[in-house]
Amino acid sequence: MKFNLKVWRQKNAKAQGKLVDYTIDNINADMSFLEMVDVLNDNLTRKGEDPIAFDHDCREGICGMCSMYISGRAHGPHHAATTCQLYMRSFKDGDTIYVEPFRAGAFPIVKDLVTDRSAFDRIIAKGGFVSVNTGQAQDANNLPVDKADAEKAMDAAACIGCGACVAACPNSAAMLFVSAKISQLALLPQGGPERNNRAINMVNQMDEEGFGNCTNIGACEAECPKEIKLTNIARMNREYLVASLVNE
Amino acid sequence: MGLTGLFLIFFLVVHASINGCIWFNDGGKTFLYYAHFMGTNFLVHIAEVGLFAGLILHIVDGLLLWKQNRDARPEKYAYSNANANSKWYSRSMGILGTLILFFLIVHLRNFWGPNRLNQISTGEELNLFQLMQEDFSNVWMVLFYVAACFSLFWHLLHGFKSAFQSLGLNNVKYNKAIEIAGTAFAIIVPLVFALMPISFYFGWVK
Repeated sequence: MKFNLKVWRQKNAKAQGKLVDYTIDNINADMSFLEMVDVLNDNLTRKGEDPIAFDHDCREGICGMCSMYISGRAHGPHHAATTCQLYMRSFKDGDTIYVEPFRAGAFPIVKDLVTDRSAFDRIIAKGGFVSVNTGQAQDANNLPVDKADAEKAMDAAACIGCGACVAACPNSAAMLFVSAKISQLALLPQGGPERNNRAINMVNQMDEEGFGNCTNIGACEAECPKEIKLTNIARMNREYLVASLVNE
Repeated sequence: MGLTGLFLIFFLVVHASINGCIWFNDGGKTFLYYAHFMGTNFLVHIAEVGLFAGLILHIVDGLLLWKQNRDARPEKYAYSNANANSKWYSRSMGILGTLILFFLIVHLRNFWGPNRLNQISTGEELNLFQLMQEDFSNVWMVLFYVAACFSLFWHLLHGFKSAFQSLGLNNVKYNKAIEIAGTAFAIIVPLVFALMPISFYFGWVK
């Protein structure tokens, strides 16, 4: 297969970036998108050019490292898939493909397609944890958890923190990410002690990082590789509202 | 945004119900009876201040959101396929709201403004029914009102259920009900409003 690529190239955080045209041929339809970029980088290196910098790690859809805004969509055209799970057979031979980094003020570009998503880490550090007793682990049945709540918590915990929600949101809001992290703990008894502080602190940090505000457009839910639901955002709004009322 | 939005939605219900009285087709008798109540009752005047405050809060809140959200992405995407993941009207609430505001200015100049000015200067109310008959004999005015109702339709189609989501009122048990109610509201209320100028223009209401 042959493709015309328009790839965002940017030397460093401060440099002005631009879309650069590349043509690539002899691509196997069963290659993943990242493997296609690997081939392109191999070609560039052989020509003595600077290869395209991009984030990747596990290449099996669980680490949340790969990003890329492909043909106008976070992680490309597929539903519930990361960029590493996108295969070239999803495109037509001769297609022109735009490849841009995830764009948001809170995700500054490091180089080319690599963005600094550590804003998420700082939000997690503000409350994405639970306090546990030291000593021997207690019997699991000591803490009864409703099956429905366990399911919802697990669904929220599926979030891999890739930032596709922020990238797809016209407002660059991080509400889906933060709400998933708040939900997974708020739904379980283990998350109880820090519940109110968690909601306040994580939301405040989110605002401090310069993410936009949620206007319930729903692009995040549609683009999330782990199918995190908008109901989490409503739960977070509830948690935040209650916490604001009762916290001193 | 959600709270003020729901407040304005409540106003729409009141406004549509009273103006719907024109379809009693009694030469505006029933309509003018309620219009007189709304125009002269002391409590309604206080509520009117609240309504303007709610409207201004809604606008200011919207502008703040628009500015913060715009600033949150300093460099835009060169190519974006937003229609693949969201509805255009959900992304265009600011533009739709601005169109409604533009309509509102004309609308207040047509009816509310002259009526209040007349009340202040002469103590008498204007015959709003007659005023409608005059204004809606102009085809351009009718088209303008109908166009504004489309803006309202899309604004409500997103806004109604969005308000519940923002307030955290989201539960699988009643999500479907909110969605149906929101869509029905977004269709029915603008349709009722749009039918008013149309009814006058075609002489269905006399």
